[in-house]
Amino acid sequence: MSVELDVFVGNTTIMDKEVYQLWLNGYTVNDAVKVRIEGGVMEECEASADVLLSDTMDQYRTFQMCERLLHHPAKLANQLLFQIPPDRQAMLIERYYAFDDLFVREVLGKKLSKGTKKDLDDVSAKTGVSLKSCRRQFDNFKRVFKVVEELKGPLVENIRQHFLLPDQLARDYAAIVFFANNRFETGKKKLLYLTFQDFAFCAGQLINHWTLGAVDSMMEDMDVDLDKEFLQDLKDLKILITDKDLLDQHKSLVCTALRGKTSVFNEMEANFKNLSRGLVNIAAKLINAKDVRDFFIDLVEKFIEPCRSDKWTSIDMNLFLTHYTNSAHILDTFKHHAVWTRYMGVIKSCILRMYHD
Amino acid sequence: MPGKLKAKIVAGRHLPVMDRASDLTDAFVEVKFGNTTYKTDVYPKSLNPQWNSEWFKFEVDDEDLQDEPLQITVLDHDTYSANDAIGKVYIDIDPLLCSEAATVISGWLPIYDTIHGIRGEINVLVKVDLFNDLNRFRQSSCGVKFFCTTSIPRCYRAIMVHGFVEELVVNEDPEYQWIDRIRTPRASNEARQRLIFLMSGELQRKIGLKVLEMGGNAVVGYLQCFDLEGESGLVVRAIGTACTLEKISTLPSTATHQSNSSPSKDMKEPVFGEEVPGIPLSSGPPTPLRAQTFSSFSPSKSYSRQSSSSDTELSLTPKTGMGSGGSAGKEAGPLKALLRQQTQSALEQREYPFFTLTSFPSGFLLHVGGVVSARSVKLLDRIHNPDEPETRDAWWEEIRQEIKSHAKALGCHAVVGYSESTSICEEVCILSASGTAAILSSRFMQDGPLDTEHRFEEVVPPGCGFCHIPYDELNIPFPAQLTYCYSCRRSKVPDVLFTTIDLPADANITGKGCLIQARLCRTKKKAQGEGNATAISNLLPFLEYELHTQLMNKLKLRGMNALFGLRIQISVGETMLLGLASATGVYLTALPGPGGIQIAGKTPSDITYEQHISNMQKKINDTIAKNKDLYEINPPEVVEEIIGSPIPEPRQRSRLFRSQSESSDEVSELDLSHGKKDAFVLEIDDTDAVEDIHALLTDSPTPQGFYSCNTEIMPGIQNWTSAIQMFTSVRVFRLNNANLTNQGLNKIFSDLCENLLKSLYFKLRSMVPCCLCHLNFTVAIPEDELIQVAVTAVAMSFDKEQILENGKQSGEKTLTKAITENDEQLQFNLELNPESSHANPLSSPKGLSEVGSHPSARASSMEKASPLPEGRSRSLRSNRSYSGTSVAVVKMTPLSFIPGAKIIKYLGIINMFFIRETTSLREEGGVSGFLHSFIAEVFAMVRAHVAALGGNAVVSYSMKECVFMENPNKNQAQCLINVSGDAVIFVRESELEAASVQPQSTTHTSNGGEGT
Repeated sequence: MSVELDVFVGNTTIMDKEVYQLWLNGYTVNDAVKVRIEGGVMEECEASADVLLSDTMDQYRTFQMCERLLHHPAKLANQLLFQIPPDRQAMLIERYYAFDDLFVREVLGKKLSKGTKKDLDDVSAKTGVSLKSCRRQFDNFKRVFKVVEELKGPLVENIRQHFLLPDQLARDYAAIVFFANNRFETGKKKLLYLTFQDFAFCAGQLINHWTLGAVDSMMEDMDVDLDKEFLQDLKDLKILITDKDLLDQHKSLVCTALRGKTSVFNEMEANFKNLSRGLVNIAAKLINAKDVRDFFIDLVEKFIEPCRSDKWTSIDMNLFLTHYTNSAHILDTFKHHAVWTRYMGVIKSCILRMYHD
Repeated sequence: MPGKLKAKIVAGRHLPVMDRASDLTDAFVEVKFGNTTYKTDVYPKSLNPQWNSEWFKFEVDDEDLQDEPLQITVLDHDTYSANDAIGKVYIDIDPLLCSEAATVISGWLPIYDTIHGIRGEINVLVKVDLFNDLNRFRQSSCGVKFFCTTSIPRCYRAIMVHGFVEELVVNEDPEYQWIDRIRTPRASNEARQRLIFLMSGELQRKIGLKVLEMGGNAVVGYLQCFDLEGESGLVVRAIGTACTLEKISTLPSTATHQSNSSPSKDMKEPVFGEEVPGIPLSSGPPTPLRAQTFSSFSPSKSYSRQSSSSDTELSLTPKTGMGSGGSAGKEAGPLKALLRQQTQSALEQREYPFFTLTSFPSGFLLHVGGVVSARSVKLLDRIHNPDEPETRDAWWEEIRQEIKSHAKALGCHAVVGYSESTSICEEVCILSASGTAAILSSRFMQDGPLDTEHRFEEVVPPGCGFCHIPYDELNIPFPAQLTYCYSCRRSKVPDVLFTTIDLPADANITGKGCLIQARLCRTKKKAQGEGNATAISNLLPFLEYELHTQLMNKLKLRGMNALFGLRIQISVGETMLLGLASATGVYLTALPGPGGIQIAGKTPSDITYEQHISNMQKKINDTIAKNKDLYEINPPEVVEEIIGSPIPEPRQRSRLFRSQSESSDEVSELDLSHGKKDAFVLEIDDTDAVEDIHALLTDSPTPQGFYSCNTEIMPGIQNWTSAIQMFTSVRVFRLNNANLTNQGLNKIFSDLCENLLKSLYFKLRSMVPCCLCHLNFTVAIPEDELIQVAVTAVAMSFDKEQILENGKQSGEKTLTKAITENDEQLQFNLELNPESSHANPLSSPKGLSEVGSHPSARASSMEKASPLPEGRSRSLRSNRSYSGTSVAVVKMTPLSFIPGAKIIKYLGIINMFFIRETTSLREEGGVSGFLHSFIAEVFAMVRAHVAALGGNAVVSYSMKECVFMENPNKNQAQCLINVSGDAVIFVRESELEAASVQPQSTTHTSNGGEGT
């Protein structure tokens, strides 16, 4: 004796947020029922385990049917099959596209390819996020990537419009797409201390200042690639370290400005040339795609680590970068002010964000 | 050539990919009406084609306009092979044929394929130009309005209620036409869908003709069903109530009057248990001849049967004539007798004085006798000429005659809340009909202005009059317990009252109502042909008797004394019969309290046995007490002495002089009800009774905050919010153990229903406090060992705070009535009573009677002031602002109203039939996944068609058929669903009253966002 068929369909589609989350998290129906029982929903409304099972199955089915629509959120608002109030629709989309920071940290900067997808079981084991959920998140990244890859105009706006995501989530996806496109290395041991939000912040900076869209929003090119011309121009900054006079002049300007204002003055003074070389070399190499990938690891190795070993505080860091940037403009023979500002603005905010334990 | 149909194909969207190579589709559209087909251009390589076609024009007879659907087929163009069909849309253009309904069909409609389901949407525009043709009512009946609603539609007023209309059409079922059973699923499904659309159209047209001939302009309570007889054919049949309706545009000026026929008539058991029907067995010729051609049948044939009274009828009338004549003689005034005869004759002119209505304009329903029902077992393979409707017509005629005679036996000249149904298993078919015997006022049934003559008619007290027995208590052939009405003390009332109608809006009740179900399973041996039919016939009376006993016990257990909306469904399978009776129990103030249930053992010798009995007795008593508490049943303690001494309550004062005339034939009667008494005795001498008691006690109570009923309105709750949620739930249960006893089966079946209810409560817990209204259970035995239960209902939230004031409110309600009765607008107010009663919660909690009655008046003047299109655009606008998408929200409800809103226009009937089939059952998520998406698709298509008509809700929605078949071994399943309802435009009352500042209106609109 068994229930062979059991369905419930409401004119307004009934969806329980809690069950939705369990589904998203990749729980099987039976596990979800267990979680719900532990959650005490049974006592709340005099239900039995059977009732809970039936309800959970029903909702899982609904979610599965909706999933197809969630892949193209704009369709959710135009489809006729499910009558879902707008606030519910927004909730469904937002949660479907939400991701685990732990998971995204693992795949950030990796190619969103089949190969990566195959390795998801390792990622799942490592992060404790269920494989099902990993796959959904990965597929979301890939789907968003594919759609916006070919689109013109601002990246964040494109994502927000095509996937109807709230602002913050759209920014996060922009970061993921940007990282995947430029294949930034984020998995090296030295970078493990950085959170996804650190990278997302940096991505925002790069998108806003270093892409072609940043200079001219009407440009045909897209937000996902760095401005090639700018990268070319960055080579000119090399003069700051190749020209001995300039380097000395720059150092003395910064030292004058910082004297007495920081407790790590001596270390800074001693290290100035190394630090400056580090930053300028990063700039000069960015024209090579391979070095773009190593952008973050270079920042950490060439700049953040030396400073950290000298026990700079964030305030020291801020002071130094401010004066380091500004002083360059006072140098007589330095002509590349625009490029320098554009470069250092991003470098400064990235380093400040990344400078923590 | 009286009509021109015009269609324009605008665009498509979300089309499926038909060309794997390009991931795109080259779509074009065929538009077909009758034998004419137009095509659009191919719109290449797009999933969102913009055809923007010219207007395709069809010049057709209005007869065809009524019969045929507009058929739109979307195809994928293929240069080298045949074009692939993407899907179809059938558009019923009937709503466009009536000037008062919709004017244009415009919107996105789902493209449906019977194998793949919904495959994108198509945007179409459809219009009809009707030419005025003096002769146009020859074959067509354009302009007759159809309503599924079983009461007078909200924005209409009944001028006349003409009576029963019925029709039946037969055709061969295309499913069975395939030679050698080589069946192509898509072609066969589509042929069936199209055929049923055609037959429905034809049926509606023919019913319309009858209505016109009767002088009416509308059919209310239109109930259409189809019977899949299998080899012998496909039957589409419909019944309804012909009326003359008038749109309420001004305040009605007709004087208000209520008529009354004398209450005493010949008498029979007021409850249905006695009416175990005779079961006529069909015995057709053994070798039926099947004609190959389907002859479209002439409307005149069946119609003539309808208008002229047949011989069989005459044979029955004298009996009643005698009975009524005799009792009339006893009665007082000759004028009264005369009036009564008028009513009588008005009804007797009709072959069947049946009404499919379940609630009535005020003053129409005078007395209720009780439930009448009839069943008959027929053999489908004995139909002499299966392609002709005669045999089925004769079957139904037989049943209707039986119903009629049952009603007469109860001293009633009419049957209200009438419905018909069938259950088919292989070649056996059970035909059932049931209704409530009643006496009606002649007021809506005669031509011409009646006001003058009827001034003299008696008025029955609105709160209790309908309970007063219509039959003659002197000739009681059974031990009935009659008492004087507990409300007015003037007339006799029975101790329990079973009816199939809704609780009259003005009935006096105590406490709240609740859903009561009796469930029964009976095994039977597998058999063939006549033997099988006999076996079923023999089982039926027992089934009905036991269902009745169960209902009675459960009613008493809840401390209630009346059932409304009683619906008994008997379903037949190969090895069992299922019986499910659902009704809404209520405590009618006018009827005596139900007394308790007493358990008695036959051999009280054993001590442990006695102990056992007393334990059970205690349990039962506790349950009754608990239930009385739960349903707030605390009738005023009646002092015995009062009986017989009429102390009129204040609100009856105005009628007192009228009622007095009645008292003459009452004083002499003996009170047959014995003293304080009436404990209902259950003897547990056999296992059956033990089981009964067990079943009684295992019904679990509804969870906190939930109420349920199967009627339109939950007795005792008025303050609805606007949050509503309509739903359909289907369960199929497999009995793996073949050797089940009746008891075992009963338990399984009962648990199945109970668990289903529990699941519903759980699902809808966020709406608490809420009531599940119009809980409509349908049982079926799709296969041996399978039980299918389908439920469609609506959950409606109500305001908790005002429950507490309920007692006070109902008091105020009567006060309202008392006041309005002095008003000249009595009729109007009472007709809109249900509305004004849920207008009440909107007004200040003090519930001043004026506030309660005014919103409706204001609403109607509003409606008069604003031309309809404006009203529509307003409501649509509100939808858009709410949803923020291009998809308009469409509410669906099985009820005839939407709480907190006013229906301003009826756009026409929605009657849709779909078949869905799959050959990849597992891939679609198994049977549950398959049915889940199909039901969702059906909802979507209903909503889309309503929105295209310009509507924002479907009322009186019902899923009439849900036939599910599966073959898991072949990975196949098929399902047929038939749904119907009335498309309407509603406007929130808060919007209507935007001008008059109401503190609650803001909260009200915010509520509006919640529910659909």
